[in-house]
Amino acid sequence: MSETVGRRGFLLGGAVVGAGALVTACTSNEPAAAPSSAPVNQTQAAPGGNDQPGQQVTIGFSAPAADHGWIAAIAKNAEATAKQYSDVRFVPVEPTNDINQQISAVESLIQQKVNALVLLPNDGEQLNQVARRAMDAGIPVINLDRVFPDKLSYRTWVGGDNYGLGVAAGHYIGNALKAKNVSNPVIVEIQGIATLPLTQERSKGFEDALKTFGFSVTAKQDASFTVETGTEVASNLLQAHPKIDAMWNHDDDQGIGVLAAINEAGRNEFIMVGGAGSANAMREIQGDTSVLKATVTYSPTMASSAIKLARLIAQGKGMSDLVENTVPQSITLASETITKENVQQYLPLGFES
Amino acid sequence: MSEAQPKQTAPEAPPSDERKRVEHQGRRADTLSASRWGALGRLGETRHLGLVAALVLLTIIGLLTRPENFATTANLVTILALASTIGVITVGMTFVIIGGGIDLSVGAVMALASVWATTLATQSYGPVVMAICAVLVGTGAGLVNGFLISYGRMVPFIATLAMLVAARGLAQRMSDRRTQLVQPDNNALVELSTTRVLGLPLLVYIFAAVVVVGWVILNRTTFGRRTYAVGGNPEAARLAGINVRRHTMLLYALSGFCCGIAAIIIMARTTTGSSTHGDLYELDAIAAVIIGGTLLTGGRGTIVGAILGLLIFTLITNLFILNGLNTSDQLIAKGLIIVVAVLLQRRSLEART
Repeated sequence: MSETVGRRGFLLGGAVVGAGALVTACTSNEPAAAPSSAPVNQTQAAPGGNDQPGQQVTIGFSAPAADHGWIAAIAKNAEATAKQYSDVRFVPVEPTNDINQQISAVESLIQQKVNALVLLPNDGEQLNQVARRAMDAGIPVINLDRVFPDKLSYRTWVGGDNYGLGVAAGHYIGNALKAKNVSNPVIVEIQGIATLPLTQERSKGFEDALKTFGFSVTAKQDASFTVETGTEVASNLLQAHPKIDAMWNHDDDQGIGVLAAINEAGRNEFIMVGGAGSANAMREIQGDTSVLKATVTYSPTMASSAIKLARLIAQGKGMSDLVENTVPQSITLASETITKENVQQYLPLGFES
Repeated sequence: MSEAQPKQTAPEAPPSDERKRVEHQGRRADTLSASRWGALGRLGETRHLGLVAALVLLTIIGLLTRPENFATTANLVTILALASTIGVITVGMTFVIIGGGIDLSVGAVMALASVWATTLATQSYGPVVMAICAVLVGTGAGLVNGFLISYGRMVPFIATLAMLVAARGLAQRMSDRRTQLVQPDNNALVELSTTRVLGLPLLVYIFAAVVVVGWVILNRTTFGRRTYAVGGNPEAARLAGINVRRHTMLLYALSGFCCGIAAIIIMARTTTGSSTHGDLYELDAIAAVIIGGTLLTGGRGTIVGAILGLLIFTLITNLFILNGLNTSDQLIAKGLIIVVAVLLQRRSLEART
């Protein structure tokens, strides 16, 4: 396996290093001119001395395989951010969707004695043990997004707010329907993989937010984060409800399929809100020709932040905007609502499906 | 089915040459039992009767639980459009299984064809080339399967399993694990799903055409008779002068060809090509074929049965979503139906012998 890692790492790395070399050639050490793939405003996040080169650190990275635009963006962002720092050696392991393989990948990183480990587990519960082993070996684990149940298994957690994502979608739909004076609206929800805790939290937030308007979810159905399941579920749901007022789809990747089903059925009587914030969804919102009127973010830029945090932790620094000398134990990103009005500002952060 | 044809009236008359005789027996093996029922047997063949009864039962459940939404033309269109993709694959799968083989690679080959056809390079040549590309990729993958099995003497299960893994991997590599949208210039392809003739989307006609052509080939041509002969007793077929190897290869090519057509349908329905398309389609297609009364050992089976089996599955999905039930229960129901169907078939088989 290490051979394939090497080859892929070489190919990918070569491209990014090339870009990085160009950048450093004309801008000395300050990585302000980020490669185009990295979010533009990322580098300004920590002003002060933290971006200055410091002690050389090695950061290991393991995440699920990218069969989904969001996960692909996670890996890409992590890599791009790491390459901005001359003092970071980035060691990604072959991404996999197999729990067993991810465990051995993390074990190999522990054996390499990396200085920090950024870990997006396939499943927090099942990778808890191996993360704990890393921590016991003195390697700080930066837990990305899917949380480990045991606080001894990670130094810092950074991730999105799934409950908040549901709340944001609920507020947008609640306000929109209230403005239209709809009573007893038909509100439909298309979830991602229903067994994941993140899906359940999203649904809970959505439900709670709607409750503040006196509304409730009429029907919900789970798809599997893929385009094809989005089409399948949406086409049936549209038949179940001949008149819909609002629809929330948890995920913009499967949303492509949902929109295809809506077009196929020729329906446009309702408003739709997406989730995650893909570039494609943003373009739909900007064009304002489909039912998709807004999307709520769960931004993969968190991977960039995780790399930055890993670097600070490994170098023993704190976050310069905070008073404390060390990085906080947990950082939850806020979910933002993207509409036609502010889409321009978010487009550079959108990820391609 | 030919039991009502004149040649059945004199079953003992020896066909003029050995090859015809074996082909003829292959057919007889399938229709012998039904022939006792005479002309009525064509419709009332026990296993099909069970399938029709199941469909009627599900329809009644639909009418009782969701009277206002179930029996609408829009819902009928939804069910048929949903059945189209796997339906086309099921036709190819029926041929392969009757011929004594199995094709596990169908879902992955469809995904590969959809990805290949939606690369920007292919898309620049327009929708017709995209469609041709999808069919060629599917047929090509099928030919490779067939070659490995018939000339490489690999077990079908293994050869097509290898193709499943490899085709999925190639699709991921080609698409860089991204969802590839059908470009606006090529919207003619998406119109297969949005344009309706006599109330039905064009892709449903494609599905119907594949079923009809498949039925004619299987029941009215030498190729079809040889398929039964090869599946029933390959050694006898070979001694009778049938080129078993070449025939086997053609069966897998036919299955691949169907995957290519399915790829066109999935591109039209979801507006995308993606390596995630068709996940576990092979199991749905095999289950539909088995429920339809085709023996996994080959030599007997019908396309009508397989399509009825598939419609049962699609109807269950539709009913569950109309009633707002969750996916897990749906899977349990499908599992139960497979078991019950196979048990019933065995009973009816035993009753006949």
